[in-house]
Amino acid sequence: MTQRFDAVVVGAGVMGATTALHLARGGMRVALVDRGAICREASGVNAGTLTLHMTRAALIPYAMRGRELWLDAPRWLGMDAGARAAPGLSVAFTPAERDMLEHRAAARRQAGAPIELVTPARARQVEPGLNGDIIAAAFCALDGHITAYLTGLAYRRALVAAGVALFENAPVEGVDSGDGGFAIRAAGATLLRARRLVLAGGVWLERMLGWLGLRVPVKCLINQLVVTERLRPVMRSVLGIANGLLSLKQFGNGTVLIGGGWQGIGDPDRGGVEAIPDNLIGNVRLARHAIPGLAEARVARIWLDLESETADALPMIGPLPGIEGAHVIGCAHSGFTSGPYMGQLLADFILGREPERPLFDPARLIPPQPAASLESIP
Amino acid sequence: MTDLIVIGAGPAGIAAALRASALGLRVVLLDDQPQAGGQVHRAPAGTRPVPPSPEARTGTVLRDGLAGSAVEARPGHQVWSVSADFRVDALGPEGPCHWQAPALIVATGAQERVMPFPGWTLPGVVGLAAATLLLKAHGIAPGARTLVAGCGPLLGAVAAGILKAGGQVAAVADLAAPADWARRLPAMAARPDLLARGAGWAARLRRAGVPLLFRTTVAEVEATATGLRARLCPVDADGRPRPGGTVVEADAVAVGHGLLPSTEITRLLRVEHAFDAVAGNWAARLDGDGRSSRRGLYVAGDGGGIQGAAAAPLRGELAALAAARDLGRLDAGAQDRLAAPLRRRLARAARFGRAMAGLMAPRPGQVEAITPGAVVCRCEDVTRAEIEAAAAEGAREVNQLKAWTRCGMGPCQGRVCGDTAAALLARHHGIAREEAGLFTGRTPLRPLPLAQLTGEFGYADIVLPPPAPL
Repeated sequence: MTQRFDAVVVGAGVMGATTALHLARGGMRVALVDRGAICREASGVNAGTLTLHMTRAALIPYAMRGRELWLDAPRWLGMDAGARAAPGLSVAFTPAERDMLEHRAAARRQAGAPIELVTPARARQVEPGLNGDIIAAAFCALDGHITAYLTGLAYRRALVAAGVALFENAPVEGVDSGDGGFAIRAAGATLLRARRLVLAGGVWLERMLGWLGLRVPVKCLINQLVVTERLRPVMRSVLGIANGLLSLKQFGNGTVLIGGGWQGIGDPDRGGVEAIPDNLIGNVRLARHAIPGLAEARVARIWLDLESETADALPMIGPLPGIEGAHVIGCAHSGFTSGPYMGQLLADFILGREPERPLFDPARLIPPQPAASLESIP
Repeated sequence: MTDLIVIGAGPAGIAAALRASALGLRVVLLDDQPQAGGQVHRAPAGTRPVPPSPEARTGTVLRDGLAGSAVEARPGHQVWSVSADFRVDALGPEGPCHWQAPALIVATGAQERVMPFPGWTLPGVVGLAAATLLLKAHGIAPGARTLVAGCGPLLGAVAAGILKAGGQVAAVADLAAPADWARRLPAMAARPDLLARGAGWAARLRRAGVPLLFRTTVAEVEATATGLRARLCPVDADGRPRPGGTVVEADAVAVGHGLLPSTEITRLLRVEHAFDAVAGNWAARLDGDGRSSRRGLYVAGDGGGIQGAAAAPLRGELAALAAARDLGRLDAGAQDRLAAPLRRRLARAARFGRAMAGLMAPRPGQVEAITPGAVVCRCEDVTRAEIEAAAAEGAREVNQLKAWTRCGMGPCQGRVCGDTAAALLARHHGIAREEAGLFTGRTPLRPLPLAQLTGEFGYADIVLPPPAPL
C-alpha cells in the first residue's frame, strides 16, 4: 500500500507532532509515523518542569516562548494539557553552590531570563515549605509545570482535527531517497512517499539519520523520575538547586514529582530499565533536604525518561545538508518546554516562511560525507 | 553469600526454600506478612481465637519446618524493588535492607479480581480474599450479616467460615449454575478431600437456611442508614444480566470474581508473559519447571498461572530443583530423578486447580455489564465512561490509557484495575488482549515511605553527580 504526502514526519513526540501539526495547518498533506503510540516516550513521561533556572542559556528565548505556548495550549492546541504558572526558585546550601547560583543566574539573565537573586527570607516567603538552611536563592516569575502525561491526548486531538494521517505502532524499517523524494517503509507493508521528510526521533535520531547515510552521534541520557502519592500541600513553587540536580514541584492533585537528571540504567534499545539504588537515594535525599515536609510522603512510582544530547549539547533543527527535502528536529535540553515553539519554527522554515528565531543548523555536527553514502540507502 | 532468594512464603515459596536448602543452597525467604504461610495457610494473628482448620494445621507444620531448616526466613519484609541482577530491596522491621543472589524464585501467589459495579468501593464491601484474611487471621466475619457473591470455591469457603465465626450469611450469589459445578466434578475428583469439604460447606449453608442463588450477580450496592442494600440480578451463562432480580439487606458484602496471578515482579523484570484466554489472565511464560525467559528467574505457585494450593508446593519444589541444577549444584540426572514424581503429582493437582480456575474465569458478559458510571480504578476514581472516552480518542494500549486517564497511576499501581481496564480497551477496539497490553512494571512494588528510603542524613552525606550544564 503506497500513500503520498507532502511531508512525512517520523517520531510522534512533541517535536515531531508540533511540526506535523503546523505543516498540516499550513496546507500540507502530512503523515506522522511512530513505532509506538503518540508521546509515549520522553514527551509523555518527563518531569514537566517549565523552568528557566535549568534551561541552557542559549535556549532561554526558545524556552520562554515554549512556556507561553504550553500555558496557552487551549487556544492553539485545543486542550489544556495541564500547564500551570508557578514561581520558580533555585537555591544554594553551600558557598560553592552560592557561587554557582550567582554565576548561572547572571548568564541566564543575560540571555533574557528574568532571574533575580533574592534573600533566603524572600525565598521562604515565595516557598514556605523550603528548608531554612538555604544561604542563597534565585527567583524567576516565568516558571511553571505541566502534566506531561496528557501531551499525547492533547496533540492527538489537534492532529486528527488538522487532518494529519497518524501512523502509530508503525516502526519505520528504512527510508529510500531519490527522484527528489523519499519512500518511507513502515511496518505493515505501508509505503509512505513524500518530497519532504522530518526526522524527530529523540534518542533514536542517531539511528534515523543513519537511514540517510549520516553518522551523527546522539548521546542517550537516562533520567530518573520519582512521584509520590498525593499528600497535603507541602510546596507551591517549582524548585531546583544551583547545580541543576533537582527539580521539584507539587501538582494540583497533591502528588510531588522529584527529578533532576540523576541517571538510571537503560539505552535506546531497551528503554529505561531500572533505577540505580544510590542515585535514587541521592535524588530523594536532595528533595527531602530542600522540602522537609516530604518526609511524610510515600513514593508511588519510579521511572526513567530517555533524553537525547548532541556532541555540543545544543539542538539539531533544520535541513540536513546535501539531502534535498530532509530535515531533523530534536536533542534540545528542556526540549519538552521548547518543543511547541521549536516545532513551529521548523514548520515555518519548511513552509517557506521566515522563522521568528534562528534554527540550529545540524550541518555543524555532520562531518563531510563520502558522496557514495548518499546514493544507496539500506 | 546467598545462592537463592525466594519471594513469597506461601505454600510454593516455603516448599521451594525448604527443598533448595535441603540441596545445600543458602536460601533467603522473604515475605511481607508477620508470619510465613501465605494466604492459604495464614497464621492466626493472636487477636481472637480462630477455629481450627486443615489449612491452619498445615500452616503450623510448614512454619515448624522452616524453623527447623537452614533457610534464612525473613517474614515482615516488604519487597519494593527487584533489579535485573536480582538485588532485592525490602523494608523490614529494622528499616531498608537488601539481598542479592544469582537465582530468584518468585512465589507471590495470586490476587483477587473484582469486576466493578456501582458501590463496590463502599466501606463494608470487601473481596472474598479479604474476608478469608479476616476469618483466618482474626476469626472475625466482615459484618454481622454478610452477602457473599462472585464465583469460584472461595464462595463456599467464605460463607461457611462466616457461619463458623458466628456471623450471618444473607445469601450466597454465585455466577455459576449448579451444572457448571457438576461439569467439573470429574476433575475435582482428583482431590476427594477438597470435594468433600466443598460438599460439607454446601450442607452447612443449607442447614443454616442461607439462600443459595445460582447464575446471580451483584448489580449494585448502595449505602443505607443502617447498612448496605444490594441489588442482585440473574445472569445468563456468559454473565449477561437478565431481567428480574431481588434486593438483599446486609451490613457487609464479600465479593470476588476469581484470581489473577501476581505478575508485578515478572513485569518489572520484563520477562515474556502470555495471556491465557481460558483462565482470562496474564502470567509469565514458563517451562514445566518454572523457568522464565530470564536466566535465573523462576516463578512457582499461582503467580505463574492459577493452579491452586495443592499444586503450589509441587511447583515450588520443581523450581528449586531447576534452580539448583542451573546453578550447577545438582546434575541433570539427579534433577530428573527427583522431579519425576513431583511432575506426576503436579499433573493431578493442577487438574483440580485448573477446574477451579475455569469456574473463576471472567465471562464476556461481565465486562460488558460494567455500567458507565462504575469506578474501575478506585485509587484515581476513573470510571468506565472515562476509559471508553480515552479509547475513543485513540488509546489502544493500557499504558496510553493510564497516561490519559490516570487509571492505574495511584498507590496500587494498577493491581486492582489493570485487568479490567485492558479488557475494556480490547472490547472497545475489538482487539486481542495481547494488543491491549499490560501495565509496565515499576518500582516501588508497594508505596515506599520516603523517609525510610532516605534514612536520616546530613547535606554532606548526599553524593552529588557533576552539575548539569549551564
